[in-house]
Amino acid sequence: MLSIKNLQASVEEKEILRGINLEVKAGEVHAIMGPNGSGKSTLASVLAGKEDYEVTGGEVDFMGKDLLEFDADVRAREGVFLAFQYPVEIPGVSTTNFMKTALNQIREHHGEKPLDAVSFLKRMKEKMKLVEIDQSLLSRSLNEGFSGGEKKRNEIFQMAMLEPKLAILDETDSGLDIDALRIVANGVNALKSKENATIVVTHYQRLLDYIVPDYVHVLYKGRIVKSGTKDLALELEEKGYDWIKEEAEAQA
Amino acid sequence: MKEIAGNTIISSLTTQFEAFEKQLNGQSKSAVHQVRRAALAQLQTAGLPAARDEEYKFTNLTRALVKNIDFDKSAPAFALESEAIEGVQVEGLDAYKLIFLNGEYNESLSDTISVDGLTVLPFQTALKEKQETVEQYFGKNAALESDPFIAMNTAFSMNGVFIEIADKVVVDKPIALYFIGDSANAQLSYQIRNLVVAGKFTQATIIEKFDTVGGHESFTNVVNEFSVDHNAHIQYFKIENDSDKAYHVSNTYASQEGSSNFTANTIALNGAMVRNNLNIRLDGEGCESHMNGLYVLKGKTHVDNHTVVDHVKANSYSNELYKGIMDDKSRGVFNGKIFVRQDAQKTNAFQSNKNVLLSDNATINTKPQLEIWADDVKCSHGCTTGQLDQDALFYLQARGIQKEKARAILLRAFASDVLENIDNEAIKNYLEAIITERLEA
Amino acid sequence: MSNDDQILEEFTSKEYEFGWTVDLEADEAPKGLNEDIVRFISAKKDEPQWLLEWRLDAFKKWKEMKEPTWPNVHYPKIDYQDIKYYSAPKKGAAPKSLDEVDPELIATFEKLGISLTEQKRLTGVAVDAVIDSVSVATTFKDTLAELGIIFCSFSEAVKDHPELIRKHMGSVVPVNDNYFAALNSAVFSDGSFAYIPKGVRCPMELSTYFRINAANTGQFERTLIVAEEGSYVSYLEGCTAPQRDENQLHAAVVEIKAATNAEVKYSTVQNWFPGDKNGKGGIYNFVTKRGICEGDHSKISWTQVETGSAVTWKYPSCILKGDYSVGEFYSVAVTNNYQQADTGTKMIHIGKNTKSRIVSKGISAGKSQNSYRGQVQVMKRADNARNHSQCDSLLMGDQCGAHTFPYIDIENQSAQVEHEATTSKIGEDQIFYCQQRGIDEESAVALIVNGYAKEVLKQLPMEFAVEAQKLLALTLEGSVG
Repeated sequence: MLSIKNLQASVEEKEILRGINLEVKAGEVHAIMGPNGSGKSTLASVLAGKEDYEVTGGEVDFMGKDLLEFDADVRAREGVFLAFQYPVEIPGVSTTNFMKTALNQIREHHGEKPLDAVSFLKRMKEKMKLVEIDQSLLSRSLNEGFSGGEKKRNEIFQMAMLEPKLAILDETDSGLDIDALRIVANGVNALKSKENATIVVTHYQRLLDYIVPDYVHVLYKGRIVKSGTKDLALELEEKGYDWIKEEAEAQA
Repeated sequence: MKEIAGNTIISSLTTQFEAFEKQLNGQSKSAVHQVRRAALAQLQTAGLPAARDEEYKFTNLTRALVKNIDFDKSAPAFALESEAIEGVQVEGLDAYKLIFLNGEYNESLSDTISVDGLTVLPFQTALKEKQETVEQYFGKNAALESDPFIAMNTAFSMNGVFIEIADKVVVDKPIALYFIGDSANAQLSYQIRNLVVAGKFTQATIIEKFDTVGGHESFTNVVNEFSVDHNAHIQYFKIENDSDKAYHVSNTYASQEGSSNFTANTIALNGAMVRNNLNIRLDGEGCESHMNGLYVLKGKTHVDNHTVVDHVKANSYSNELYKGIMDDKSRGVFNGKIFVRQDAQKTNAFQSNKNVLLSDNATINTKPQLEIWADDVKCSHGCTTGQLDQDALFYLQARGIQKEKARAILLRAFASDVLENIDNEAIKNYLEAIITERLEA
Repeated sequence: MSNDDQILEEFTSKEYEFGWTVDLEADEAPKGLNEDIVRFISAKKDEPQWLLEWRLDAFKKWKEMKEPTWPNVHYPKIDYQDIKYYSAPKKGAAPKSLDEVDPELIATFEKLGISLTEQKRLTGVAVDAVIDSVSVATTFKDTLAELGIIFCSFSEAVKDHPELIRKHMGSVVPVNDNYFAALNSAVFSDGSFAYIPKGVRCPMELSTYFRINAANTGQFERTLIVAEEGSYVSYLEGCTAPQRDENQLHAAVVEIKAATNAEVKYSTVQNWFPGDKNGKGGIYNFVTKRGICEGDHSKISWTQVETGSAVTWKYPSCILKGDYSVGEFYSVAVTNNYQQADTGTKMIHIGKNTKSRIVSKGISAGKSQNSYRGQVQVMKRADNARNHSQCDSLLMGDQCGAHTFPYIDIENQSAQVEHEATTSKIGEDQIFYCQQRGIDEESAVALIVNGYAKEVLKQLPMEFAVEAQKLLALTLEGSVG
């Protein structure tokens, strides 16, 4: 589904990704871990098409298409979803209205008719249950005045609404208490299928207790320096990142 | 000559200027005197603020001066007892002290300052000893055309202080300038010019205090120019507590270079009519400016604060907080302008003006303005006017606190935001005492 | 060229949608202004002597007045002798019914999206259409008449209800109130009149559509709304003008009177031609709008969406004279290219327990200048007056300016007055967030701007809200700063 080859990216002339290689197949869950500043969030943003980052080399193939050719909105319509670490507030725009606009533009992209009001509401109700989110929250201005947990649940709600092929969760666990974490993880797990894939970007192993990854990759100084199974995450939890850093420095 | 506002005053002043010029001999060709001439010419063509002048809309100083001040009279002799001189000073303030009586510097009452890299001179002396520096900075920040009282001051001010702080010098104690006027026996009018040149990485606090004692009318016209170089941290206080018949106008102009920090605390407590113009130009990146103002008014006191913060370069920050309490027939005027120029991206500028009216005969006119030409900025202003929170008042009373006392507590709490920003204990205590006494009266 | 610049460029090259003219034969006055022209207009309209004298008095006063210079707008000096002060579509006498209206005219309004034919009526909206200076058709007159509501063109009202006009005209905006009001009083040609009798709730929106069509012609209409005790009316006003190289003058006067317990809602969507992207042409829009809450518990609410005009000078105001009366002002003003707007309100609190609320949302793009100017005045006897003002500015690009000039004057200690203002820009992170959900950049901007202006837009009647939203989206497509 997703094939990243030697991806390099920089921001304001500073090189952050120094050659990432990653293969993600449909039905898989990949976790990307790493110490602060290793480039985890940059990778997520580059895949989603944030303009602040300049791709200086490499290729990204998404379902047979060159992802890097597309603007952010087209990537989203093709099925890439980013759950933001810090979801943005947009005053005066309700989540409902926001989702209606997004969903219909995505449908238009695929040559589908816009959803009528009834089907849209039905779909909303269904997905709301999934993340235990309240209707009143969705009528309020997008993310404005939301608690950290509410913002993250709203991200997963949007993911459920848009049914992406590839979901990238950027530090979705940060700032969540254990209940909120469970709700968010349940949502993600419920949405998992043979046709879609998930990349979980996280600093801590905690989230991976709930969203069990098939593969774990460790990012350090802009490269994937180690890959393994979920056991690698446990090892990291136990031993910290220092040994990875040492190993990486030794190889370099 | 067309009819201009304040004609009679200007013709009195012109006669004085001509007499003054005759005494100058060789000095009349000096650069400073040329500036004075231009200032007089400006005054003669533009006049004092006219009744319709938007900048003086609520504060008709021209009319008040024409009516109350005789500019032909020379200043009376200073005859106050030394107790009175002591009495107006801030208790417990550890500072280098300079005393001005009826506008004139008094050497014997003032401290001798010897700090390496710090020059403090009476303005007249500086004109001779520091001619080059004075010429470089005199009238540079306070432009003649920006206010008629600047022009008047530039033409006539003979007194004041010149302070120069060499690069990297940290002045260990505040410099306190006490301007004490005696209007007990006759009318008094004087003009003060202060020039502060702060070099790179300097640090200093300058305090101005104005007190006029006596039952006759008085007029003071002050111009301060601050030049604040890179990374300098300068704090400026203006405490004004004049007699009920005092007319006072001040223009304080500061220009800041990159990464400098300038704080102005403007406190007005009494007078007939007081007008403060505070203009800060942030002419470098990474500057910080703070403006704190407090006016606690009673009787018929009229206090008008006009402030301008001009963000010229990027990445600077300004914060302004002015609070006022108006009782009896007093009037407060606040006019705050924030300019953010096109190049001043990433500016953060905040302004807040809050007022409490304690009487139906008190008035507040407030006009906070934002003028913004850069898009990536965060600017806000807010202003509120109201009376004391009646619920809070009742709450205190229900706990057994007498109504008058409860009112004073709440008013003090209202004023405390501004007082809290003052980082000099002696001044803070001094002001708190005055305000508490005032509010409980 | 950076992405932002490119988008701005696209945006600034957007054309004005309503910039067509219709070839209508017009009955015009020659250029210039003097007493004879005033007499000519009055005669053309077959006016009574008192009205002619009223006009002549206004003209005399206007000659002695000076054009105001205090607004934060700059434009070349207007040559008042180079303007035609009267132009009426030539088609015999005033139409008695829609069948008599020039089909070309009806087509004009259809193009604007306003249906004058009652069969295809906008649901529950009565329309008075004013083209150039003359009211051409008023719909639903009969339905309204049954309730005692008068809704007709100003000239008709002068003929049919002279006592009402004489009583109320000029009582809220005096002839010599300001330069442009005086000019209007001298040369006004038509406009709308609405009268809601005691206790009547007007069952439908009353609406006037103004369009300037003829070249070199000024438009000077007057609107007068009188709401008697306990009545209610919602009034809508829309404006467009063709695209022309030269600037055209529009100086209107609107007066509203609300008696005890009466409520008037006045909404405007102003979309006069703003000039081209180089600032050529466009309407000079100098409008005096004022309402008086005369009776206790009365309410006047102004809502405006200002997207057009080269220069706008407009301060819909409320005089809160009755005790417990309420004044409201909701405004969205968008400026782009070289447009300049200086707009806001005045809330004058005279009665006790009066309340006012101001919500102003300015959006500046291109090289435009957008100013909010508003006054809140609490008079000595206005006990317990309340005001809350919120003035926000949004900037798009670094070539434009946003200015806020609030004047707050309070003479009563029981007043509670709050004013807040903020300035911000559309965040790139907000746009990216939308894009990440599949929404393209232009739709994202429209979404964010409409969200920003929502507090005001939701005040508009439904039909107008949709139009206003589209207009905002259209004006600001792709403008990212």
